[in-house]
Amino acid sequence: MELLANLQLGFGVALAGTNILYCFIGVLLGTLIGVLPGIGPVATIAMLLPATFVLPPVSALIMLAGIYYGASYGGSTTAILVNLPGEVSSVVTCLDGHQMAKQGNAGKALAIAAIGSFFAGTVATLLVAAFAPPLAELALKFGPADYFSLMVLGLIAAVVLAHGSLIKAVAMIVLGLLVGLIGTDVNSGVARYNFGLPELIDGVGIGPIAMGIFGFGEIIRNLEHGQKRDVFVKKVTGLMPTWQDMRISALPIVRGTALGSALGILPGGGPILGSFSAYTLEKKLSKYPERFGKGVIEGVAAPESANNAAAQTSFIPLLTLGIPSNPVMALMIGAMIIHGIQPGPQIMTAKPDLFWGMIASMWVGNLLLVVLNLPMIGMWVKLLTLQYRFLYPAILLFCCIGVYSINNSWMDVQLAAIFGLIGYLFGKLDCEAAPLLLGFVLGPMMEENLRRALLLSRGDPAVFVTRPISATLLVLAVLLLVIVAAPSVRKKREETFVEED
Amino acid sequence: MKRRDFLVMGGAVAASMALPARAAFPDKPMRMIIAFAPGGESDIGARQQQIVFKRLFGQDMVIESKPGAGGALAWSQLNSYPGDGYTVMGTNLPHIVLQPLEGNVQYKTEDITNVHMYQYTPDAIIVRADSPLKTYADLVKAAKEGQDKVTFAGSGTNSANHVAHTRLNRLMGTKTTYVPFKGTGDLVSSVLGGHVTAAMSYNTLALSQKGKMRMLAVASESRLAGFPDVPTFKELGGDWVDGAYRGVGVPKSTPEDIRKRVSDIFSAINQDPEFRKKMADGGFELIDVTYDKMAAFMAERTKAYVEVAKLMGLAK
Repeated sequence: MELLANLQLGFGVALAGTNILYCFIGVLLGTLIGVLPGIGPVATIAMLLPATFVLPPVSALIMLAGIYYGASYGGSTTAILVNLPGEVSSVVTCLDGHQMAKQGNAGKALAIAAIGSFFAGTVATLLVAAFAPPLAELALKFGPADYFSLMVLGLIAAVVLAHGSLIKAVAMIVLGLLVGLIGTDVNSGVARYNFGLPELIDGVGIGPIAMGIFGFGEIIRNLEHGQKRDVFVKKVTGLMPTWQDMRISALPIVRGTALGSALGILPGGGPILGSFSAYTLEKKLSKYPERFGKGVIEGVAAPESANNAAAQTSFIPLLTLGIPSNPVMALMIGAMIIHGIQPGPQIMTAKPDLFWGMIASMWVGNLLLVVLNLPMIGMWVKLLTLQYRFLYPAILLFCCIGVYSINNSWMDVQLAAIFGLIGYLFGKLDCEAAPLLLGFVLGPMMEENLRRALLLSRGDPAVFVTRPISATLLVLAVLLLVIVAAPSVRKKREETFVEED
Repeated sequence: MKRRDFLVMGGAVAASMALPARAAFPDKPMRMIIAFAPGGESDIGARQQQIVFKRLFGQDMVIESKPGAGGALAWSQLNSYPGDGYTVMGTNLPHIVLQPLEGNVQYKTEDITNVHMYQYTPDAIIVRADSPLKTYADLVKAAKEGQDKVTFAGSGTNSANHVAHTRLNRLMGTKTTYVPFKGTGDLVSSVLGGHVTAAMSYNTLALSQKGKMRMLAVASESRLAGFPDVPTFKELGGDWVDGAYRGVGVPKSTPEDIRKRVSDIFSAINQDPEFRKKMADGGFELIDVTYDKMAAFMAERTKAYVEVAKLMGLAK
């Protein structure tokens, strides 16, 4: 009952004329920067902050939040159409989404991404409204040892992600871990592998790597094929998913939403981890895992639902604990303080109109996004008919602007170019880049938590098996490892590869 | 010289006598480079100044973030900007003293020309609300019994929090463990979840986590307005008034006259009543170390940091 009253208060705020307008501006801007590769919500929100000074705090925060989840929506459009992650969280969507586009099913892929995202957004919003405080308490139970074990599980799951040779997948993960080591060691303050370059003291950002390997690398590959890519566009059929597609996608959307919601609450990964894990899970559960990466609709539905769910639930630690789970949330905290609101546990009681208004606006925003995006699918698909020689310089330009804007750093653009070449090389060698990215994201978090856990236990490794959460996660990891390495499974895997070749 | 001299806040003198008499400065937008990511405390402070700057001087203050290497990336480039007073950079203590001591960075403390220090957030010991440690005395007792099993979360290695923790150990006569995190935001969940004993952080953390966390002691000159029950380290017998100081620096090539004017501008902003209220609400303690007092202030601070850095094995 209290929840209903609160939601009523929230919708009262969110549906007020000006707020709905700012929500619309937010999601529109978000979609736009999401579609443009590289230009992310952090740079956009930072640039727009001064413009929000004149707005009432609730309107300002509703708009800024809209930019954030709008971006994760728009990111999938670019991923599906041109195989470039518009946002880092849509990297996984490239795998099957672009294959679908190549087969003439771009409209379907876009529609299922929008539908999945809307479903996930709705569920996650309800989750935030109903269970934010207890969920936040639960997330607090995770200590450094538990995080470490969670990362171990994630890395082992990453092996499953690849659909090429097992050795290559492991090699790519390890390479990702190595790249993740670049930068300052948190515990001793020593700079590692930075070749004396001050720009590398903080390590390599995920922006340059994702844009380089997936963006630039893809462009080089396409140029190699000349004008061939126009061919698939002519046979674009059916903009809307069929009943059959919806039926196949229903469960993956539900599972993706659940996984994304859970991972969004934990600080650190959020949408990226969510989309990776959802894809992995679907591939594991599927009757035809060998078709993943070749344009199955579940491969779009699950990760898209997951990244949107995670984008919503990452507001839980922010709104209930004042903990930023990613850079965008850190910026939201800044925005609150500038507007004279102390972020933290007291927001809910001190500013109920703001708290519930923001939550309600997330659902309104998701609805606006579907309304905004579904009719535009036809227009987006037309983009594919553009001559590639006009399209790619524009994409390159936006990638460069985007990468530069993350840190205002020229070095990041150079890094993206280097990773572009590496990405092209990987393509030639049939090495998949997705496991590398996952290793890169998980590795540093894993190391940090491993060392922190050992520091806290004064060097006693028993802490990983005596803590119930950690122990459970490690058992799961071992089970997964056995499944991957078991002779019968491996044989089946290898047969699959033979078929693929 | 006494620290009180610097901390006197009645600096209206500097503000009122400076500007109108001379040629217009600033007569175009001023660029303020912040060495940290948007959303951090340095960024928040600058954005509050931005509003007052526009109102008082009719020009825009453009904030540009250049994050990297804990601020070192921007600071090592400070002297490459034009010295006309229209490019200024936020500077932070103890960072600009500790980083060169640590030796990974490409600038020296003397390379940074600070012209004004306007605020600080005092060091504070913070525990979660349901921690059995109720007072500083409880903490000392626990630390003496538990020694290295008593853990303090802090932001960064060889950082302000790390220095503060070293000081705390010296004050308590203990060997507690410092657990570095990537930033203050990262350590919150470890403190709330009870994975560490306490946090060695700033008053701002206790302010934003009011109700969920408690402050045991704070390194301010006198008790903080929002926390009248929390004793200062001075009361507890330590010669400890410190924290993260924020100010503004200019390129070395900036003429004396302009340095002074930039200092006056930030003094004037500090006097603005609305600004003062906003900063106080955010937990920022305003100070007014003007350009003429800067040399003495830096000398005194540097001496204090080097002394602790020796204990940490950073400086000889």
